[in-house]
Amino acid sequence: MSKQAVFNVYRGSQEGGDFQEFTVPVEEGMVVLDAMHYVQGFLCPDLAVRWNCKAAKCGSCSAEINGKPGLMCKTRIDDLPIESPVSVQPIKSFPIIKDLVTDVSWNFEMNKKITPFTPDNEDVSSWRYYQEDVDRVQEFRKCIECFLCQDVCHVIRNHEQKPKFVGPRFMVRLASLEMHPMDRVDRLPFIKEEAGIGLCNITKCCTEVCPEDIHITDNAIIPLKERVVDEYYDPVVGLLRGIGILPKRNKKKP
Amino acid sequence: MSDSLQAMKSTPLKSTQGWITFRTDAWWVEPLLTLIILGSFGMYATWAALQGVNYQWGPYLSPFYSPNLVEWFPQWFGSWPFSPAVLILPFPLVFRATCYYYRKAYYRSFFTSPPACAVDITGQAPKSPLALLLGQGKGYTGETAFPLILQNAHRYAFYFAALFIFILGYDAIKAYVWTDGFHVGVGSLVLTINVALLGLYTFSCHSWRHLLGGCIDCFSCDKMTQVRHKAWERQSLLNEKHMQFAWASLLWVAFSDIYVRLVSSGVWTDYRLF
Repeated sequence: MSKQAVFNVYRGSQEGGDFQEFTVPVEEGMVVLDAMHYVQGFLCPDLAVRWNCKAAKCGSCSAEINGKPGLMCKTRIDDLPIESPVSVQPIKSFPIIKDLVTDVSWNFEMNKKITPFTPDNEDVSSWRYYQEDVDRVQEFRKCIECFLCQDVCHVIRNHEQKPKFVGPRFMVRLASLEMHPMDRVDRLPFIKEEAGIGLCNITKCCTEVCPEDIHITDNAIIPLKERVVDEYYDPVVGLLRGIGILPKRNKKKP
Repeated sequence: MSDSLQAMKSTPLKSTQGWITFRTDAWWVEPLLTLIILGSFGMYATWAALQGVNYQWGPYLSPFYSPNLVEWFPQWFGSWPFSPAVLILPFPLVFRATCYYYRKAYYRSFFTSPPACAVDITGQAPKSPLALLLGQGKGYTGETAFPLILQNAHRYAFYFAALFIFILGYDAIKAYVWTDGFHVGVGSLVLTINVALLGLYTFSCHSWRHLLGGCIDCFSCDKMTQVRHKAWERQSLLNEKHMQFAWASLLWVAFSDIYVRLVSSGVWTDYRLF
């Protein structure tokens, strides 16, 4: 007889819900998304699961597996303690639509607030910059928008700061624009005030759950915090810029 | 989010240690270890700083009492009634307290904000009194309000910490110079490892990374930015190990003080290697 695993899958909607138990035969190499597909196919055809690529690139199948935010397609069942039931539930920080599917549209609203890439010169053929100028930004471009970092961030998850804090995903986007050698928009006022970078207290959960291994805190949020310090909190930098020892920021208002 | 939370609350939630989480792993081990080690270090450092005795033996000086204020500035500190360490330790303390790595560590273990990833403090869960500094619920202010807005001064703490590395380096060199010439004792090695670890911790700092080159957008633009890019790249390798250096240097600096203290009080014998 093949090995079996018990999954406690959250079933419900905005009106409420409960966990329902499903027993799934387990084969070598199976991931949690395979188990959910088995449940859909053989045990509960109306189970709602969002997925697309099954290759950890589309960012659709985010869930909380045994309480840990992760992609269902990247979580191998043989890495889970299947001697006891495995819980699978929707990401907690966003409203449930049905079962494991949540409404993440708030993130797209946050994205709209960010001024897009704005170069001085639109003539791309005249741009000259080198690999070392874009290495940092390329790391940020790996983001697949699974919103696991948004889900796990306690500022959004526990403190209801959604209106004041854009979350780690958009700090990454802001960092990719702020550090881009061709971008000319001064984003620091937005980063400090509307994006709410001061609300982040560096607990690094976003980095821990990122399936693309983006060093969100060390490479995006902390460098942005330091740039905000330059602009708003460090009197020496302000003085040195004022008397011309340090160059002024070559940025303009959005 | 509130709709989502409402829905989740209607489910049978499993509570662990009063916090609401579905995590089945030992998520509490890391914050607990941090609490124990940082708490123990804090208590030991306070005790050691208040002693004012047994901090010097032969050419060895405890890092908690470096620079040797009484020896360097006798006219100012010769009649200082308290332990000189109380004037010295605030500098490294502020550097560690505002350090980006330690912030993660103590916000989790001392502030329980959050205690671990996806471990939620809601409803009846116990709150750390320190968490009030960050605010809770709708009053959450993070690092935008006093006193935690002062975390933004980390780079100033770094400047002082860097100065201390040079002073401790001088102490480490001095630890090889005895009244009868150059010799290597176990204590010489202890103090040398101490300054090496503290140096790695200090110069792997995130603020230093920013000042070296992180603040530049165009690395290729001129000679100076190219040099700074090289420095930033190399420092980034150190920065990746900032946490490891933080713990290693913390434990070793305590051990260095213990070593000098016990040798000075006659409990341990310092072996001369050559």
